[in-house]
Amino acid sequence: MKVETGTVHALVGENGAGKSTVMKILYGMQRPDGGEILVNGQAVNFKNPNDAIDASIGMVHQHFMLADNFTVLENIILGAEPKHGITIDFAAARKKVAEMSAAYGLDVDPDVLVEELGVGQRQRVEILKVLYRGARILIFDEPTAVLVPQEVDDLFNALKGLRAEGMAIIFISHKLDEVLRVADDVTVVRAGSTVAQVKSKDVTARELAELMVGSELPQPTTHGDTRRPEVTLSLKDVSVPTKSGSRDLISHISFDLQAGEVIGIAGVEGNGQAELVEAIMGLREYTGQIEFKGKNIDNYSVAHRHDAGIGLIPEDRQRQALMMNSPLWENRILGHQRSKPVMRGFILDKKATIADTRVIMDEFDVRAPGPHTLATALSGGNQQKFIVGREMSKAPALLVASHPTRGVDEKGMAIVLISADLEELIGMSDRLLVMLRGAITAELNPQKTTPEQLGSAMTGAQ
Amino acid sequence: MKKPSTSKVLLAVAAPIAAAVVSIVVSSFAVLASKKSPMDAYKTMWEFGTQAGSLLEVLNIATPYYIAAIAIAVTFRAGLFNIGVEGQLRLGALFSAYLSAKFVLPPVLHVLAVFLIAMTVGGLWAAIAAYLKVKRGVSEVISTIMLNSLAVGLTSFLFSQYFAEITEGSNNLTTKTLPASAQVPDLMPLLNKLGVEDQPGGGVYGMLLVAIALGIAFWFIVNRTRFGFELRASGANPIAARVSGVNSKKMIFLALVISGAIAGLAGLPDILGDTHSYTMGFRPGVGFTAIAVALLGRNGALGMAISALLFGFLEVSSRSLELIDIAPETYVIMQGSILLSSVIAYEVIRRYKITLQSKELAKAVAA
Repeated sequence: MKVETGTVHALVGENGAGKSTVMKILYGMQRPDGGEILVNGQAVNFKNPNDAIDASIGMVHQHFMLADNFTVLENIILGAEPKHGITIDFAAARKKVAEMSAAYGLDVDPDVLVEELGVGQRQRVEILKVLYRGARILIFDEPTAVLVPQEVDDLFNALKGLRAEGMAIIFISHKLDEVLRVADDVTVVRAGSTVAQVKSKDVTARELAELMVGSELPQPTTHGDTRRPEVTLSLKDVSVPTKSGSRDLISHISFDLQAGEVIGIAGVEGNGQAELVEAIMGLREYTGQIEFKGKNIDNYSVAHRHDAGIGLIPEDRQRQALMMNSPLWENRILGHQRSKPVMRGFILDKKATIADTRVIMDEFDVRAPGPHTLATALSGGNQQKFIVGREMSKAPALLVASHPTRGVDEKGMAIVLISADLEELIGMSDRLLVMLRGAITAELNPQKTTPEQLGSAMTGAQ
Repeated sequence: MKKPSTSKVLLAVAAPIAAAVVSIVVSSFAVLASKKSPMDAYKTMWEFGTQAGSLLEVLNIATPYYIAAIAIAVTFRAGLFNIGVEGQLRLGALFSAYLSAKFVLPPVLHVLAVFLIAMTVGGLWAAIAAYLKVKRGVSEVISTIMLNSLAVGLTSFLFSQYFAEITEGSNNLTTKTLPASAQVPDLMPLLNKLGVEDQPGGGVYGMLLVAIALGIAFWFIVNRTRFGFELRASGANPIAARVSGVNSKKMIFLALVISGAIAGLAGLPDILGDTHSYTMGFRPGVGFTAIAVALLGRNGALGMAISALLFGFLEVSSRSLELIDIAPETYVIMQGSILLSSVIAYEVIRRYKITLQSKELAKAVAA
């Protein structure tokens, strides 16, 4: 893979194809087994991210690494403060940041606390932070995942500005339309190897997708209407107050979900979606009523809700769904430790669990040597597939899925789908609910909604 | 299926070997610092320590270490740290020795009553820390340390003011001697039948069998039951455990109370097998040494048994160092360096294994 100065180079591939690994190697977080990296013609050998930063490589992480209670300026200079004797030279820092903001069109007020910023602005702070450290090669890891369409436009304009300034930009993504919009060159990886390097003006999204998957794509399955009349999940006036009681994290949420129906929850991250999931799972105390299959489950424990047939694919899989340093077969048990096949009464059935883990790995194409592999050794995409497989194995009547991307195959179950991928939401949902500041602000028909309209609704513009 | 390769076997033994080498080097420097030959020191220790009489004593010393280490491991496995084992075992030992001497029951039942009292007292004392943690968010590390100070003061006070009697013809304070029904028979007659000869200076505590049973139960419950899985899940990833339906508060409470109850038993081997009363000479520091035993044993039933025996062996055999004018306390340095180097060696190997697995995975994906 070769990235030229003054270009935007996209790295695309399926989950688990090796995108993250390439990125980790480039940023010194992982050592390559072989091969070499050249920066401006010089061979480099990164032992850690500091080496990469010294070689003027910077990374804009998917999840922002910012201190909320610091100002924008403080965040930018954190770890690279200009000194004035023993004090920090804020004047010099401010001047430099102002220059950079102007030069690259990354407009943001340096004296505002980061906690007051929206997602798009936070991302700008991240970019400035990287530039401030003198980066000339910028790696963006799935930068649009957390943005609404308008913010994506702003980001892409900023990228064009950076490109004009002679920066090299590596753009990691699996959203092909975005890749084609912003990139000059595209490298496609599949199963750990480069399969193609093309100019973006020479390919279509469909051709790229075929390169990624490695074969003719199946026709996109039109999501047939599998709704049945019985109501699987019913929320009545559900609210989650903050501890201080000042404001509701989610307020007065009501909706009915029929069996076989997919309800999509759209919203900019942090507008109450996580709290809604936690209320449904019983992980958070709430007011109002939740009914599951016609029964009130307000007094059910988390375990009871799992066992009654609610499956969960949580948002942050490593934190909420996996024991990273345990083998896959032990992870298979998590959330299912009260029933067959992993338990015989109170005794753990190790043999059956290992066998069942193999089945899941086959069925959901989890690429790993075997059930004894530690979860941490798997790529994010494979961890994801494993969790989806684990939850599907109990054939839940209701699945609550946050950002599942693919792999969830609706077999007549009810799904609450939370996603930042607006096309996924529109494509999979029977009904769309928009959440803003903890409340449902709109209900849309996905067949008559464009991503742009949905994006506007998410920001409250309509 | 892949067969176990030589590299895998090497990996498994690499950590203990590396740790042993490093700790021998460090200990040798300690001996050299007192201007003596390390070889002589090791030879003397080995010769003394491997005598039959010494080995039997090693078992007696290791027994309370092992029980206390299991108590600590229960909390380690749950991602908690009960430093309060010392206090729990002292209170448990004092109360059970004092109360059990006040009544008579048939032999086996009486011993069970002794166990029950010690476990209840240890468990209740730990429950204070558990309550504070669950209801008030107080770190169990801090609260158990403070409860240790309280327990040590409280046992001294209760013992000297209320529970102790002065033995005639000596100035040793003890609680009333336990009736025969509450004593645990020595294993020596049993060992005689197996061909072990009597040794001057004593037998082997019957509590050894209790410790072994406890170790097996610990292994089974932690590795093979739902409760054990939920305990380990809480330790491995408390958030994921909660999301999966584990009641985290209940788990914290149970882990600490069970730990305290087991700790209560750890104060009993000397009392039931030797002194038959709580005495002024009650062995201090078992609850602290057991932390090192648990760490060295990596919280596993077998590992802790080996490390308890190793610590016992060092303690007994180091007495012989006096014979060649080396401070016997050198064994503390040995224990410390073994612990430190093994913790580091295991961590290094663990990381190396993960790297290796990632590579294996890359190959599997590419294939």
